[in-house]
Amino acid sequence: MAMITADQFIFYLFSTIMVLSALRMITVRNPVHAALHLVLVFFTTAMLWVSLEAEFLGIVLVLVYVGAVMVLFIFVIMMLDINLVKLREGFIRFMPAAVLVASVMLAELIIVVGASVFRVGRPPAAPADYDNTRALGEVLYTEYVYPFEIASLILLVAIIAAITLTLRRRPDTHHQNPSEQIKVKASDRVRVVKMEAEKDS
Amino acid sequence: MIGLNHYLILAAILFSLSVAGIFMNRKNLIVILMSIELMLLAVNINFVAFSYFLQDLAGQVFVFFILTVAAAEAAIGLAILVVLFRNRRTINVRDLDELKG
Repeated sequence: MAMITADQFIFYLFSTIMVLSALRMITVRNPVHAALHLVLVFFTTAMLWVSLEAEFLGIVLVLVYVGAVMVLFIFVIMMLDINLVKLREGFIRFMPAAVLVASVMLAELIIVVGASVFRVGRPPAAPADYDNTRALGEVLYTEYVYPFEIASLILLVAIIAAITLTLRRRPDTHHQNPSEQIKVKASDRVRVVKMEAEKDS
Repeated sequence: MIGLNHYLILAAILFSLSVAGIFMNRKNLIVILMSIELMLLAVNINFVAFSYFLQDLAGQVFVFFILTVAAAEAAIGLAILVVLFRNRRTINVRDLDELKG
């Protein structure tokens, strides 16, 4: 029996965890559990990327996806009052079509990526003083600076779109209007009435 | 020896699983959105693997931009979901037939 090396062990362990939790994500009944399984997939992918010398992207994946996007998902799932039974109907009925389409796609993809063109071996390991974040930053702020700015614009559009979509104006609620409060003059509030003094008769 | 094609096949498996997820959970809008996230992740695994095995940083820069666009897409998709639930009290895809498509 051939010994398995450390990188083989890490790859097969992590990819098994990824595939199993992705399978659980699409089959589990409760959307919260599905979101938590997706968190596991993201985290394991980050570990795999770190082993591919993409440390910065691994950390970004944990921070942005596990820390922000999946928390947003769980937040929305828990905020909505969902009828789970209604959403599950048709699950078994669509299962054969799903398995058929997915397995045909998988077979085609494996035929393509299993070709000998893609049998590239591991390059030599990077030197100990190699800094992935610095190398990525040097490329990002020089060669890809315009796409980088467009990315910030996309995020701005997303912020404005999300706020305007979910903003709800309620006309019946009471609230203060500070500018009206500041503009007010004493003559608006107090009315001095001149009148004859009342005399006791 | 783990080569490039191992990573490509892993990404292909994840991509196929997310396609199956969209097919099976076609009533549940939240799981469909999560399957789309998984699909983008599979593509990102391909990019990072190519970037490492071909020793070219451009792949990692592309992953960076895909992550940005995917985060924006998730935020807007969830905002639409919240508005939809507020107006219709359901997120069942079957009930969303107002456009008569």
